[in-house]
Amino acid sequence: MPDGRTQTDAAPHADAAAPAIRARGLVKRFGDVDAVAGIDLDVPRGMIFAILGPNGAGKTTLMRMLATLTPPDDGTAEVMGHDLTAAPDAVRGAIAMTGQFASLDEDLTGRENLIFLARLWGFGRRAARDRADALFAAFELADARHRQVKDYSGGMRRRLDIAASLIVTPGVLFLDEPTTGLDPTARQRVWRMIRQLAQSGVTVLLTTQYLEEADQLAERIAVIDRGRKIAEGTSRELKAATGSGVLHVTLAEADPLDRAAALLEARLEAPVQRSPEGARLSVMATTAEAANGAIAALLADGVPLEDFAMGSPSLEEVFFALTGGAPQSEDAA
Amino acid sequence: MSAPLSGLEPTARPPRPSALSNALTFGWRAVLKFRHVPEQLFDLIMTPLMFTLLFTFVFGGALAGSTGDYLQFFLPGILVQTVAFNAVYSGMNLSTDLGKGLFDRFRSLPIWPLAPFAGLIVGDVLRHLIAGGIILGIGLILGYRPEAGLPGVIAAFALLLTIGFGIGWVFIVLGLLIRTPTTVMTLGFTVLFPVVFASNIMVQPETMPDWLRAFVAVNPVSLMTTAMRGLMAGTASLSQIALALIAPVLLTAALAPLTLRLYQRR
Ligand SMILES: Nc1ncnc2c1ncn2[C@@H]1O[C@H](COP(=O)(O)OP(=O)(O)OP(=O)(O)O)[C@@H](O)[C@H]1O
Ligand SMILES: [Mg+2]
Repeated sequence: MPDGRTQTDAAPHADAAAPAIRARGLVKRFGDVDAVAGIDLDVPRGMIFAILGPNGAGKTTLMRMLATLTPPDDGTAEVMGHDLTAAPDAVRGAIAMTGQFASLDEDLTGRENLIFLARLWGFGRRAARDRADALFAAFELADARHRQVKDYSGGMRRRLDIAASLIVTPGVLFLDEPTTGLDPTARQRVWRMIRQLAQSGVTVLLTTQYLEEADQLAERIAVIDRGRKIAEGTSRELKAATGSGVLHVTLAEADPLDRAAALLEARLEAPVQRSPEGARLSVMATTAEAANGAIAALLADGVPLEDFAMGSPSLEEVFFALTGGAPQSEDAA
Repeated sequence: MSAPLSGLEPTARPPRPSALSNALTFGWRAVLKFRHVPEQLFDLIMTPLMFTLLFTFVFGGALAGSTGDYLQFFLPGILVQTVAFNAVYSGMNLSTDLGKGLFDRFRSLPIWPLAPFAGLIVGDVLRHLIAGGIILGIGLILGYRPEAGLPGVIAAFALLLTIGFGIGWVFIVLGLLIRTPTTVMTLGFTVLFPVVFASNIMVQPETMPDWLRAFVAVNPVSLMTTAMRGLMAGTASLSQIALALIAPVLLTAALAPLTLRLYQRR
């Protein structure tokens, strides 16, 4: 057994003033793929921090390194003041992680899963049962606790999986795509839980592919692409970079497309994105008034419009605004 | 917004449990799995059961003169085969578990790193005991009689569990290395079939060609089978038992540390 045990128990958070996460130059390579290619991260305590990126951007890899599951190839990081490589066990004592894929035993009941984990943390029999029941109540799963996890719905699994990370209140909670695949109601529920956790002082680092999710939940957002951080800031700051919204215009015919694109570009001073089928254009608009003016200019020029709409920028569009190119999704690469 | 939820109140970490407590908790999980998935026993029992019935009734008369004599010869060896095949299933289960996020959860907990494997071993021991018990029971019904009586059977089962423990590491390592559970199974049986058949489990080696007899004589499975027969019959010598234990001891010494390394590197 590691000898440092008593020492780490006595000081679960080595330095109470240290930030929740401080990473410098983290690198992870798989063969010739740079999954994470040098990322710095500073996450203050008590914050909800989102990592936004497309498939294959390196979100999971980054999180797994910070949760001691994958050793970094280069760089250093401290989590709750503990060095990742020098004191991994102390890091484990201060974090919890709900991975991208369910980390539950499908054959056991929900309650058995939580009791099992509580016993591993060191709760006595009775205390483990009480802790499991309290979490089931909190996560509105009490009715399902005696059912085998394989009979849970996707949303129930996700909630149980997050509950499994809260047996002992972690200093930092890692949530890898906590709402992917959930319906809107289930997603709202998870969001509400995440907010409550943050209010109780837990630092939450979550990854997501949805700008809306990062926008709704996170105080700060880091955007990553191909293993690199390409932007970081509050949702407001990112939006200042990307415009408050996107104007989508569908032309009645494809002929005047170039003319329309040139007009929009001139009016809104932003690059115009063309959809593959050709008759659709999207462009960032800083304000609704500006968008309005641009539409008026198109009509005045005699461009036949079929439809136009303002939308919040999608992940694609954020990337487009930040990098001038589409995100390098794994599937697209 | 809903009322604050009681389960989300800050909950402190209890004093760190011992390695033994961690291991027992994983053992408890293995027992629970038995309760929830009793079907798994079917997989474990069918192969050795078919072997016992087929060999006894189809070949028994030809190989040993009578089915009764053959069963007397064959049964201790089929127990060795049973635990060896069981170990393949346990490697397969491990590979399946690793493919999901479950082991990531274990690895992100501040627990004794080998505890999950202790749980696997507890599961294995249960499997060996249940499968071995059923095969022995069927043998007794068919007329098998251990000359050494209950003490002989207990001693033989103790040896059997040690053998299962040793062989178990091979498949834990395969389970850690190979991502596809069915590949673990195919590979496992590919390795096991020759060592099980080129042994003294099914036939006396006297009729075999010299080169094969030389292999059978040093095949660990033969050494284990000889010791099992001896214990059940009350004729085992210390050296027979020691020879049977060589492979399990070596496998444990070499593969337990390797298991830990592979697991932590994943
Ligand atoms: N174990 C591994 N072996 C080899 N390559 C890997 C491994 N894990 C990740 N990769 C590669 O590293 C890159 C980043 O993967 P990662 O899973 O971190 O992305 P992600 O942002 O989490 O994507 P997603 O949104 O699909 O979950 C990808 O190109 C992926 O193929
Ligand atoms: Mg991922």
